Amino acid sequence: MTDTRNIAVTVNGARHDVEVETRLTLADCLRHQIGLTGTHVGCEHGVCGACTVLVDGQAVRSCLMLAVQADGAMVTTVEGMADENGQLHPLQQAFHDNHGLQCGFCTPGILMTLLEFLQHNPSPTETEVREALSGNLCRCTGYQGIVSAALDAAGRLRQERNQIDGTNRS
Amino acid sequence: MTDRLYEARYGRLEDLALLTGKGRYVDDIHLPGMLEVAFVRSPHGHALFHSINAAAALALPGVHAVYTHVDVAQTLTSDHIPPDQVVDSFPTTTWPYILPKDEVCFVGEAVAVVVADTRYIAEDAAPLVEVDYESLPVVSNCRKATDPESPTVHRHAADNIVSRFTTEYGDVEPAFVEAAHIFGFSLKQHRGGAHSIEGRGVVANYDADSHHLTIWTSTQSPHKSRDAAVELFDMDESRVRVIVPDVGGGFGGKNTVYPEEILTNMASRLLARPVKWIEDRREHFLASIQERDQEWDVEVAVDTEARVQGVRGTMYHDQGAYTLLGLHVPHNSSIAVPGPYHIPNYRIEVLVAETNKVGTIPVRGAGYPEGNFTIERVLDRIARELGMDRAEVRRRNLIPGDAIPYQMPMKTREGTPMIYESGDFLRCHEMALEAAGYTDFAQRQKEALTEGRYIGIGVANMVKVTGRGPFESATVRVGRSGRVVIYTSAMAMGQGTKTTLAQICAEQLAIAPDQITVVTVDTASSPIGIGAYGSRNTVNAGNSVHLAAGEVREKAIRVAAHVFGVDEQDIEITDGLARVKDDPANSLTFKEIAKALGAAKGLAIPKDMPIGFEATVNFRPPDVTYCNASHVVEVEVSAETGGVEILRYVVVNDSGVLINPTLVEGQLQGGIAHGIGNALYEWMGYDENSQPVITNFAEYLLPSSTTVPNFEIIHVETPSTLNPLGVKGAGEAGVIPVAGAVVSAVENALGPFGVWIDQAPIAPVRIIELIEESKASR
Amino acid sequence: MKPPPFHYHDPRSLDDALGLLVDKENTKLLAGGQSLMPMLNMRFVFPDDVIDLNRITELASIGEDDGRIRIGAMTRQSSLERSELIRNQCPIIIEALRQVGHLQTRNRGTIGGSLCHLDPSAELPTVAQGLDATIHVQNKRGTRTLTMADFPAFFMTPAIEPDEIVTAVEFEPWPQGHGFAFVEFARRHGDFAIVGVATLLELSADGTVSRASITLGGVGPAPIRCSAAEGIVTGSTGSDAAISEAAETCREIDALDDVHASAAYRRHLAVTLTCRALRKAYDRVSGETAL
Repeated sequence: MTDTRNIAVTVNGARHDVEVETRLTLADCLRHQIGLTGTHVGCEHGVCGACTVLVDGQAVRSCLMLAVQADGAMVTTVEGMADENGQLHPLQQAFHDNHGLQCGFCTPGILMTLLEFLQHNPSPTETEVREALSGNLCRCTGYQGIVSAALDAAGRLRQERNQIDGTNRS
Repeated sequence: MTDRLYEARYGRLEDLALLTGKGRYVDDIHLPGMLEVAFVRSPHGHALFHSINAAAALALPGVHAVYTHVDVAQTLTSDHIPPDQVVDSFPTTTWPYILPKDEVCFVGEAVAVVVADTRYIAEDAAPLVEVDYESLPVVSNCRKATDPESPTVHRHAADNIVSRFTTEYGDVEPAFVEAAHIFGFSLKQHRGGAHSIEGRGVVANYDADSHHLTIWTSTQSPHKSRDAAVELFDMDESRVRVIVPDVGGGFGGKNTVYPEEILTNMASRLLARPVKWIEDRREHFLASIQERDQEWDVEVAVDTEARVQGVRGTMYHDQGAYTLLGLHVPHNSSIAVPGPYHIPNYRIEVLVAETNKVGTIPVRGAGYPEGNFTIERVLDRIARELGMDRAEVRRRNLIPGDAIPYQMPMKTREGTPMIYESGDFLRCHEMALEAAGYTDFAQRQKEALTEGRYIGIGVANMVKVTGRGPFESATVRVGRSGRVVIYTSAMAMGQGTKTTLAQICAEQLAIAPDQITVVTVDTASSPIGIGAYGSRNTVNAGNSVHLAAGEVREKAIRVAAHVFGVDEQDIEITDGLARVKDDPANSLTFKEIAKALGAAKGLAIPKDMPIGFEATVNFRPPDVTYCNASHVVEVEVSAETGGVEILRYVVVNDSGVLINPTLVEGQLQGGIAHGIGNALYEWMGYDENSQPVITNFAEYLLPSSTTVPNFEIIHVETPSTLNPLGVKGAGEAGVIPVAGAVVSAVENALGPFGVWIDQAPIAPVRIIELIEESKASR
Repeated sequence: MKPPPFHYHDPRSLDDALGLLVDKENTKLLAGGQSLMPMLNMRFVFPDDVIDLNRITELASIGEDDGRIRIGAMTRQSSLERSELIRNQCPIIIEALRQVGHLQTRNRGTIGGSLCHLDPSAELPTVAQGLDATIHVQNKRGTRTLTMADFPAFFMTPAIEPDEIVTAVEFEPWPQGHGFAFVEFARRHGDFAIVGVATLLELSADGTVSRASITLGGVGPAPIRCSAAEGIVTGSTGSDAAISEAAETCREIDALDDVHASAAYRRHLAVTLTCRALRKAYDRVSGETAL
């Protein structure tokens, strides 16, 4: 039996109409059918977090979602983080400035997790950052650079927000 | 003049692509008409089979082929993986098959390969392949494997001993006879895996028209991949090209040519279509190499001053069912025991035994962690039995700074002398203790005890062979674009190789590192090379780049001197120009020099000057270098749950000159985290039928962000005398002394209970058992 | 590790979902997917039909009705974590959820999914048992309820029919200001608890314990209510002695034994963590610690 469906998924603001097997995971759909290979697959059983993307603003493990479940949803992947001029998101910049990545394989998943986390918790402590990251495994870095990057990014995002608020007020 | 590029925390060139999702790992590669494979894997630890029936699998829509040993024997020049080194001394049964003929020897061993339109379909088909397994007796423990009555891992083998050798020097027997004290104990060091977050993977593309085979593989040793393909397909190097895409970590797991790679190549060859194999995590658990088990029975003889007079013992090493990379790990472990300590007499007999489990080869640390764990336990035992401070015992036994260069009484694996050429182990030890506040700790420990808290401190010292030759190649070339490009055989897998090499080159050519393109392995541009392992990239490739860039610099100077009619010493290289010092208007860009050296008309070059604005160097290190480190760790142990928290981790590390200290720190941090995994978390368990009982990340515990602290790293930089840059290696430095230090700290925390820990990793359940046992015996 | 083929259904209403279950034998209900998807990816299960409940919005809700709290089965764990109602009325759920998996898991994982999966180490079944929750179950023929105590049939198998769907879990919250604690021991943050303890306490005006609920997770195949321990704690002043004595009763429990933890260790943890949980819960209700 080949059970297929036509779905429409909006990824990083662009709509994609694809025909998928219903058993196709969201991770595989993003990577192979839509061609956005920035999201990586590390374990396929929901522990390593490399496949984390945002679905309707929430960080989820895309290896544990079926592509059909994302029909009609707004998905954000790492490819959608930089702005349209290619300027890096403060999180991405902070990772570069703090040596927050080595092989880069776990990095997109970590960026996505932090994207949601920092929205809900803009002034986290180091402990809170480490807890938020505990669902993302890294074998290369020992996490120290990642944590520094996260805290640095939190600071930059707060600053950005204050500037915007300041601008709005004046 | 640009800023100095050594000791510079230059931002990584690799980051932009990786941060924006533009990395290109092997699974990101799509080729038209590409097929995918899945493997039929043995569910038995040891079994015979007579037939493989693929009819049902082939009948599934989307399945293109199922290959077995028959196809391998017909298609390839050998049905065994080409050996990487001399194997005459090993029983032939230790050679890994590409696909076994009639006997499987570990759970997960591939017996057939399915090629289909998609991985999904291939996985549907694989269970439909019928194999008539007949169970055979299983060997699941390396010590028991050496028993003459033991069943054999391979049914036709005489026994399970791959090799028996002795690492020794001096004369242990008199040392023990004369000793003031003798202490002995046994240790168990358990299996663990590499577990890069990206597993293995291959895309093979055989073009039937041109008879070219292109292989993209996530590997640490691409030249081995190329050479294996050349040999097995009876092709030559002009027709086999290996391109290494971005690699998501290696850690040893990708440092050999596996059957899966060869079979993916073969499928492409036979079907004349691109074929992809991407390892999933379960496959990594079953069929990617691991390191250890090792069981040690060891004795130490000491004098009245706690100075070691001799160490002797036996080590049983679990080689797994096949020997994939010689005896690297057991050799290294037996050589690593003395480490930075003065051990005057030494003998370890090593029995390398097979078991019905996947083969073991170096994972990060390559056997050094095991040797180090052993000596650190020995020193702790001495301290415990003699009622002495553990740091003091180490102080008395560390090779002092003024004894360096120190020739070890042992030889290296290659049979050359082992010389610690530079470094000061005692000084690092003292620095680490001081930085960690070791002398104050006893008081803090006492105070904690009054609050019912058990805190402990541990220290360990290590020396690691790094920078092993023979070479890595580097070509520094400036083409007509004027852009400096480095082509190197150095393998990148996250270490920031490109950035490091660019910095080294930039220093010579006085340009910014981001003006340099670094091309790592494509065998078309780097046809010879060795591979990334053993903390050797910067020593080998770094010095090749340094020397090649230096030659390119000299060429630029020579051309400019010739063109402007001045002496070479009147030319300076700065900001991408070769110009006359006193008359800077007279300058040539690299672009112009490249044109000239490309024999373009217009610019003259000296008649005797070779063509090409480039140089190739294959630096050959005269000997291995040694990095060393001292680690001090503070832990808190819950006597109620057995849980261990790492409170503080201090490291003094000497890896020689550091081209980019940030990248070195990243390597150390990652290595220490891996070491914490070895000490507390990572247990790859098998049952008595050699069935893995741990096959996923929920059960195999990689260190996560909440299990490791920030690491306080203090650099000591004693330049190596063995290469122009003075670099040593750092890739594995972090992992080696961690288990020794952490276990020592845990034991120290549980001092009131007097527990002795004889294994790594040590889990909370075992800690509670030890506490209960100690309570019961009082 | 790719899922085997199946027929996929995503009904928009509970009624449609129940209709689908009527004539199918080998089905799996897909809730948050955090347990089922790994099982599908690892090919531990081969359903002919997968019925995705995620588009049935009526099944996700948090509400209060007649003094009881009712949570729709498809309510996401992260929604529970952020719910003011739950924080005010039933803070033990929040405390437990902070230790359930990770951010990503809780964004998709549901309370119904966790309850139906009945992993012995899972936090939510333990808490539900501690709250004496009632499980609402429905099929085409009608609705019924089960107590949480009756809900587990065997190891990781709820006592529901193949054509039934769990629609809600519902319980009476403990009075305002009650003592509570969820304490567990896991190897790493977010891992399944090896042992977890859910404790709820109510005090009389004189400071003695008037009611106690103590539930162990991870020790047996299903959550275990420790009535012996509850008996000792009830009427006590929450002294260390009473708490110790109560916790000690956990040493008698028949515990699971596997490669990750021996039975003896689980019993040991049960005693230790029950002590901690009771101390924490008592200190909270007696006002000695801030929440």
